[in-house]
Amino acid sequence: MRERIMMRGSVALAEGALMAGCHYYFGYPITPQNDIPEYFSQRLPQQGGIFIQAESEVASINMLLGAAAAGARAMSSSSGPGISLMQEGLSYMAGSELPGLVVNITRIGPGLGGIAPSQGDYWQATRGGGHGDYRLIVLAPNSVQEMYDLTIKAFELSDKYRNPAMILGDAILGQMKEPVRLSDPKIQHLDKPWALRGARGRGPQLIKSLYLKDGEMEKHNWHLQEKYRKLQDADTLVEAELEDAMDILVVSFGSCSRIVQSAVRLARGKGIRVGMIRPISLFPFPGKTIYEATQTVKKVLTVEMNTGQMWDDVRLSLSPGCQARLMARPGGGIPSPLEILEEIENFVKAGDHVAKSVC
Amino acid sequence: MYYDVILSGFGGQGILLIGDILAQAAMMEDRHVTWMPAYGVEMRGGAANCTVVISSETIGSPLADRPCGLVSMSKPSLLKFQDKIKKGGLLVVNTSFVEEDLLTRDDLETICLPASELAFQEVGQHKMANMVVLGAFLAASSVVDFKTVEAALESLFQEEKQKLIPPMIQALHCGINYREKQEV
Repeated sequence: MRERIMMRGSVALAEGALMAGCHYYFGYPITPQNDIPEYFSQRLPQQGGIFIQAESEVASINMLLGAAAAGARAMSSSSGPGISLMQEGLSYMAGSELPGLVVNITRIGPGLGGIAPSQGDYWQATRGGGHGDYRLIVLAPNSVQEMYDLTIKAFELSDKYRNPAMILGDAILGQMKEPVRLSDPKIQHLDKPWALRGARGRGPQLIKSLYLKDGEMEKHNWHLQEKYRKLQDADTLVEAELEDAMDILVVSFGSCSRIVQSAVRLARGKGIRVGMIRPISLFPFPGKTIYEATQTVKKVLTVEMNTGQMWDDVRLSLSPGCQARLMARPGGGIPSPLEILEEIENFVKAGDHVAKSVC
Repeated sequence: MYYDVILSGFGGQGILLIGDILAQAAMMEDRHVTWMPAYGVEMRGGAANCTVVISSETIGSPLADRPCGLVSMSKPSLLKFQDKIKKGGLLVVNTSFVEEDLLTRDDLETICLPASELAFQEVGQHKMANMVVLGAFLAASSVVDFKTVEAALESLFQEEKQKLIPPMIQALHCGINYREKQEV
């Protein structure tokens, strides 16, 4: 097994991309994701790769579209407003069925917002973000090790489903250092016969997202939905720590789930039977795991660093008869383990008179 | 075991670096460890701090609400963090930059040392104050072994930077000795 190295999350992510065979990076600076392009600007040329600081995020995402159309593993990264600027390109990539990775080390929104940790981009990431009826494959690491591992995974899934993928992180995950093992897994590389690399020896090929003939676009949309269904069935990622006769289930993702882990340990120390579910793929969302767990546990607390975005997906996944509560901290607020513990204790103590959520 | 410490001071004092050294040593002792810098619109001379969590189990939050220890190398950092330290915790203060009358807690183990002067007297360099403070912190907390910290320096400072290691170790021991004399 490889030795552990103390490494920053952004750097582990970049190393994961290199391990996955990504040799092309296009981006435009914005805090708090700047460590990623900074590191790539040094490492990619060493590896014979290409690093381009584009003139804007709009240019970056279209460079990514171009590299993907030529069959290359390529990526971009940005934060909040920069990701908003990329939405048109992401929609084109999804429509054209092009793989590629975009990393969002979020800012606080709306607007220029701030650079502290936040999970306010959950909806944008998981609902497609741009125009049209599409989704991104969205993975949410919660450790430096996962910044590495899930970046590799994101490239593989993106190629497998020919759909753009996103890593959703924040300043905690980007800046934190933890020991990491840069494992050397067997990386999945698929043939890309659809790629545009010159037509010698074959007929012409076209990659496009424009379909004007009668019924063509409806058919294309159903085809995309079919891919998302397969993705849901085969590649949903979740960490579930469940026990018998749980008093309460806590659902949290990303950096916030680390703080929840501390709170869950404190609660268990006090004899409360707490289960925890951490969605790792935010799309596809592990609704089935939540549905099955909530056939027995009926109190479900969602903790997130926004005003309640994943809460939508949690409530859509509950078994009938659950009570759902939200602990929300938007705008750069970070809940403490003790605050979450208090919320868990209060919820467990509360009787059935608590208004049941519509589910 | 579980130990969390906030290391704090001005940008340029080497605060994040002693956090790196501590975290590297903890990893070399096969602990779980996280290193989390404060991230803001900061600059040289502005506030700098990082939180290091060391544990025998996997670590949840990389942040510390009620840290076991605080290392403070500046007045604003002391004022910001001293109330947060866990009762019975450890406070290490560089009195070269912080007046002792600002200390308000009497339920802590407190080590006051003029680290910048000590670094100049013993090593000839004011800028080694961070290592002096780290030495005092290690002596009082025993959170990692001194020998591992020396090995951590070997792995963090390579090639032309190796020449920094002997004065750093000297400064580290200056802090260790200061704490041990206080103890007696």
